[in-house]
Amino acid sequence: METINYQNYRIEAENICVDYNGKVALYDANLRLQPGQICGLVGMNGAGKTTFFNALTGFVNISKGKIRINGESVRSAQKDQTIAYVPQNEGIDSQFPISVWDVVMMGRYGSMNIFRCPRESDVQAVKHAIERVDLTDHLSTPIGNLSGGQRKRTFLARAIAQRASILLLDEPFSGVDIRTEKLISELFIQFKNEGKTILLSTHDMIHVREFCDLVLLINKTVVAYGETSEVFTPENITTTFGGISPDFLFGPES
Amino acid sequence: MELCSFLTLDSFITDPLTHDFMRKALLMSSLVAAVCGFLSSYLTLKGWALMGDAVSHSVMPGVVVAYALGLPFSLGAFIFGVGSVALIGFIKQKSRVKEDTVIGLVFTGFFALGIVLVSKIKSNIDLHSILFGSPLGISLSDVKQTIFISLLVVILLSVFRKDLMLYCFDPRHAKTVGINVFFLHYLLLTCLSLAAVVGLQSVGIILVVAMLITPGATAYLLTDKFDNMTLISVLSAIISSLIGIYVSFWFDLETGGSIVLAQTFIFLFAFLFAPRYGIFKLKKLFAG
Repeated sequence: METINYQNYRIEAENICVDYNGKVALYDANLRLQPGQICGLVGMNGAGKTTFFNALTGFVNISKGKIRINGESVRSAQKDQTIAYVPQNEGIDSQFPISVWDVVMMGRYGSMNIFRCPRESDVQAVKHAIERVDLTDHLSTPIGNLSGGQRKRTFLARAIAQRASILLLDEPFSGVDIRTEKLISELFIQFKNEGKTILLSTHDMIHVREFCDLVLLINKTVVAYGETSEVFTPENITTTFGGISPDFLFGPES
Repeated sequence: MELCSFLTLDSFITDPLTHDFMRKALLMSSLVAAVCGFLSSYLTLKGWALMGDAVSHSVMPGVVVAYALGLPFSLGAFIFGVGSVALIGFIKQKSRVKEDTVIGLVFTGFFALGIVLVSKIKSNIDLHSILFGSPLGISLSDVKQTIFISLLVVILLSVFRKDLMLYCFDPRHAKTVGINVFFLHYLLLTCLSLAAVVGLQSVGIILVVAMLITPGATAYLLTDKFDNMTLISVLSAIISSLIGIYVSFWFDLETGGSIVLAQTFIFLFAFLFAPRYGIFKLKKLFAG
């Protein structure tokens, strides 16, 4: 009998269910991720991708099952700043009067005092994070004046400044320019080497093959989960997308 | 007769100050405007204009009941303000009716209850002053309540300034890093109820929502920095109050209406001429 050592897993979701007022959004979903793994979360709109993220961050409560983050509860993961969430560009109000610097500083809020006064270490963390996403020229730019790619990088910098060991990214490649895409893929390799665990949702099948060690196909529940090379098959993809053939999804040339 | 006396700007401003009730009205309305203006930044960014309207109307029965029972009117108003929000949340969750419909039907229900109560409870409640405000006739006990509530709201908003900004901007991130989003939600609602309570003295229940959204909307057109937005919002609210009270004094107009109209004109000015977001971008005109 194999005993599970939770410490080995960054994310451990066991048979989790989420429902909104009786409407089931996700059921019996399982996921185990180790440090340094990159996992793609693939499914249709409404398949429960965002719900899965919300459950892991504690933004919604699970009605059944168990979630362990680094062997601890979601609540203590929140306290320890373990998880960073990088929202979809559509998920934020781009007209909010706030600068790049202030957004990235929000990554430090959880570890500051109640007035959220930045210490020298917070300032350094923010500076460093902004450098890593190549936005040093835009420190005080309002986010409304940024391009989609720059905005995406701002939120990535926030996750870096947070020093989280787990990154959840909602559609990281949608609506970004080539330069940002290249920068994000370089960051992924760095994150992997730092032992961070990444879970990303995407519509783009090519990105899954390119970046993801593992893939989790969901349609309200897990359709398939495992090594990308084994699980990411046309049959599984067809099942995930409710019978639509991969030819249609990839285009005839693939 | 009066018209002669403001041939000079000096007397236009100083003459009213010789009246005790005018000094009090100017001071209290400025204080109330500052509080509402401060909160206004958060409400406009959070998209809670309709919520502000709902809460401010819903306090009506609370005010009436409190007066009838001899309690501080702010207590009654606060209970009904928060109660309306709880009821809106409950009905929304337990039925298939859409949120804006629920908000509309709950606050009109409360408001109607207030009006019925006024007609039934025999007391010296002046319906007109509740509906339209009476900054010129504010009593000493009301002054004390207003100062206390205003300070409380300002302190709460100042202490949780950054957390509330984060809550408005990205509640999911707030939750992810262990910030108590539930607390912030109810903190903002509490401040909203309290601000509605003090605001209704200046401009009355019907117009208090203007105090809670117009200054924020004006400031939103003028800046891209949150701190500046709060500052501009507070300043434009105070200036509108002063203008409104002076104008109502000299031209014998309804004070609450004058204050809100002044806010509306300032908004329109920003809408037309704001440097970046105005229709005629002033900056561009100057730059040629």
